Amino acid sequence: MEEIASLMHGFSVALTPYNLALMFVGIVLGVIIGVLPGLGGANGVAILLPLTFSMPPTSAIIMLSCIYWGALFGGAITSILFNIPGEPWSVATTFDGHPMARKGQADEALTAAFTSSFVGAFVAVIVITFLAPIIARFALQFGPAEFFSVFFLTFASFVGMGRGSAWKTLAAMALGFALAAVGMDGVTGQLRMTFGYEQLLNGFDFLIAVIGLFGIGEILSSMEDGLKFQGSNAKLRLRVVLTTWKKLLGYWATSIRGCIIGCWMGITPGGATPASFMSYGLAKRISPRGANFGKGEIEGVVAPETAAHAAGTSALLPMLTLGIPGSPTAAVLLGGLLIWGLQPGPLLFVEQKEFVWGLIASMYLGNVVGLIVVLTCVPLFASILRIPFSIIAPVILVICAIGAYTVNNNIFDVWMMLVFGVVGYVFNKLRYPLAPLVLAIVLGDKAEESFRQSMLLSQGSLNIFWANPLVASIMSLGIAMLLWPLVTAFRARFAQSRSATAV
Amino acid sequence: MHLRRTTLRCRLAGAAMASAALLAGAALPAQAWEPTKQVTFIIPAGTGGGADQMARFIQGVVTKHNLMKQPIVVINKAGGAGAEGFLEVKKSKGDPHQIIITLSNLFTTPMATGVPFNWKDLTPVAMLALDQFVLWVNSETSYKAPKDYIDAVKAGADKQFKMGGTGSKQEDQIITVALEKVTGGKHFTYVPFRGGGAVAVQLVGKHVDSSVNNPIEAVAQWRAGALRPLCIFDNKRSTYTNKVTDTMAWSDIPTCKESGVDVDYQMLRGIFMPGGVTKDQVAFYVDLFKKVRETPDWKEFMEKGAFNNTFMAGDDYTKWVAAAEKRHHELMKSAGFLAEAK
Repeated sequence: MEEIASLMHGFSVALTPYNLALMFVGIVLGVIIGVLPGLGGANGVAILLPLTFSMPPTSAIIMLSCIYWGALFGGAITSILFNIPGEPWSVATTFDGHPMARKGQADEALTAAFTSSFVGAFVAVIVITFLAPIIARFALQFGPAEFFSVFFLTFASFVGMGRGSAWKTLAAMALGFALAAVGMDGVTGQLRMTFGYEQLLNGFDFLIAVIGLFGIGEILSSMEDGLKFQGSNAKLRLRVVLTTWKKLLGYWATSIRGCIIGCWMGITPGGATPASFMSYGLAKRISPRGANFGKGEIEGVVAPETAAHAAGTSALLPMLTLGIPGSPTAAVLLGGLLIWGLQPGPLLFVEQKEFVWGLIASMYLGNVVGLIVVLTCVPLFASILRIPFSIIAPVILVICAIGAYTVNNNIFDVWMMLVFGVVGYVFNKLRYPLAPLVLAIVLGDKAEESFRQSMLLSQGSLNIFWANPLVASIMSLGIAMLLWPLVTAFRARFAQSRSATAV
Repeated sequence: MHLRRTTLRCRLAGAAMASAALLAGAALPAQAWEPTKQVTFIIPAGTGGGADQMARFIQGVVTKHNLMKQPIVVINKAGGAGAEGFLEVKKSKGDPHQIIITLSNLFTTPMATGVPFNWKDLTPVAMLALDQFVLWVNSETSYKAPKDYIDAVKAGADKQFKMGGTGSKQEDQIITVALEKVTGGKHFTYVPFRGGGAVAVQLVGKHVDSSVNNPIEAVAQWRAGALRPLCIFDNKRSTYTNKVTDTMAWSDIPTCKESGVDVDYQMLRGIFMPGGVTKDQVAFYVDLFKKVRETPDWKEFMEKGAFNNTFMAGDDYTKWVAAAEKRHHELMKSAGFLAEAK
């Protein structure tokens, strides 16, 4: 096996004390960046990029990719503790992670999230190691129609997930699509729905919406409940990691599914966000405990985290082999590669063996180091919830405001965040689900763009979505997902009437 | 509004003349002003694109070679095809601690969207380089020269051939429309994507038939043998003679003009400051960028992206920008992309 020899050589490159120290620094910085909403992996890497110009390229990419791993780990922390997802792919983690924290199981939720992240990332690295050249070619088959089919599948696997009225889900999703459409229309190059306001040029950034809807909305709800934070009964159990691991073994099927979805979405490159939502949606459908999802089910943390990290890791593959970034952070890393004098592309694996295999080896090591760092801190993170609400709430508010400001360095966004906070509170009161709204804000414009690109290519014919086996099979899967709730409802009714006639 | 802009321009011109006279007469010390706090470097485009790469590269060079005492901070303001960044600089009149890197959206964005700004609201500092455009096709096709491809477009059905490009009503689409002058009334179907890297990959995957990618966006695929350059949209060939692939250098790519396709277009990679800054303040940045350009890092970067390594500052640069604006207005007008035309 040539790959194993190369990988061993890679380990020898990555395993110098200097590189190991950089790994550790990168992970810690990354976790901090991930915890601060708004700063995010892409911004964090961009800010720190110039620091690495004086380093050898291999050490530089090791440190930056470790920041990336750290940010991926860190994103889960605020999602679970405060219901504030720091990154788009952490949104699905809040659905069950935060209810667990409210039940006093924050430490379990964190352990589950970190461990699943690790599993997802690790599987993805193994895939990269052995299948890189084969899989890279697969990504080339993805044109606009294929991208749209992936987004369609994501939305379809999510429909019918919300409890309560389907109309409310639909209304929330439609509002999300409308908000996603504000700003520049990429296909015609015209501004839409900005009503002459400069502030709306940029549209509604997903992060502003999420920090407001989830974070501020949560604080408003907690205030109404009488200034007490439900997570305050968090226990500090030192053995929690081991006991949670024992539980996690039971969810191996969910993990494997998450890994497959994640690797596939990372490579294609659909990205980590659709992967996390799709994996959560599927787990809810398939799991026997699906009905409990949203109320603090550990499986609801495992599914999105595994998929998000498998996708986040495998997204580096199209970046290295094709020069197309699978995520915003990968885009910044791509810029870094060029500055260090490396040209990402099909020849990188041939010409820069040392660099590529050093990076891949650092993915193994970085994830192991990351897991150890974050797991040892679980009791520390969980104990944050023991701080009285009257002290922690203003701190969260300030962090949210800073986060919202950092996204675009714009004070208007802070006001928008507060408005979204009120919207989130009202939605909660009226029992409108937030998830479809957020999903539509995150993926709405991308789905629209790829749909319209497809229409341009086919000159208006919908046949393009059935033009080849790849796109046709994804579309069929999407339609099956869309009709699944109807089928199950129908079957339930059928079974009921049959038992009625039998009696 | 119009009146105000005219008076502003008069005042600026007056100030410029006054300080020019002062410079000529008294020969002030070269460095009369330098930044007293951190300098904000605005990119009117998203992370990962050509402008972003160049700005972050400059930031890296300035830090590495210690060219400035104060730190330099890069931020992206990409909203509304860059309008957000330009409006920010327009608002910061008189602030010498802000610079912005421009691409063609300096001209195209206000023309296509009607967002109220113009390069005259800013102070031109220096042209760093011109970015080239190359006509690319998939290497598995039989088109060896631009004429082969143009003939195929002529012979095909209207809108049969698909051109992938970055953004809408921006440089890539302008070139596409300009190309249609030589295709005998046949149009391309122009498909906008978010970034140049994505366009190159779509072309490799044969989802589109051609692209007008910048060299740096497509070079990796060219070297891997997946894409083939047909011609470069410049009046003369590139000056980089080092082999990029086994057989070809950038200088081996013919110009479109010599191949009978009379279209040329380059994109400005230049630096501007807010309006209302003093001559000394501009001089500091001109000097800074001269130093950046002297580093070996810069030369390597230029060659990698096959940039047209032209430097301009002062009146030459201002004249160039004015001419470029006029040219873009004509191109946008003939393509029907002007906001007022609607």
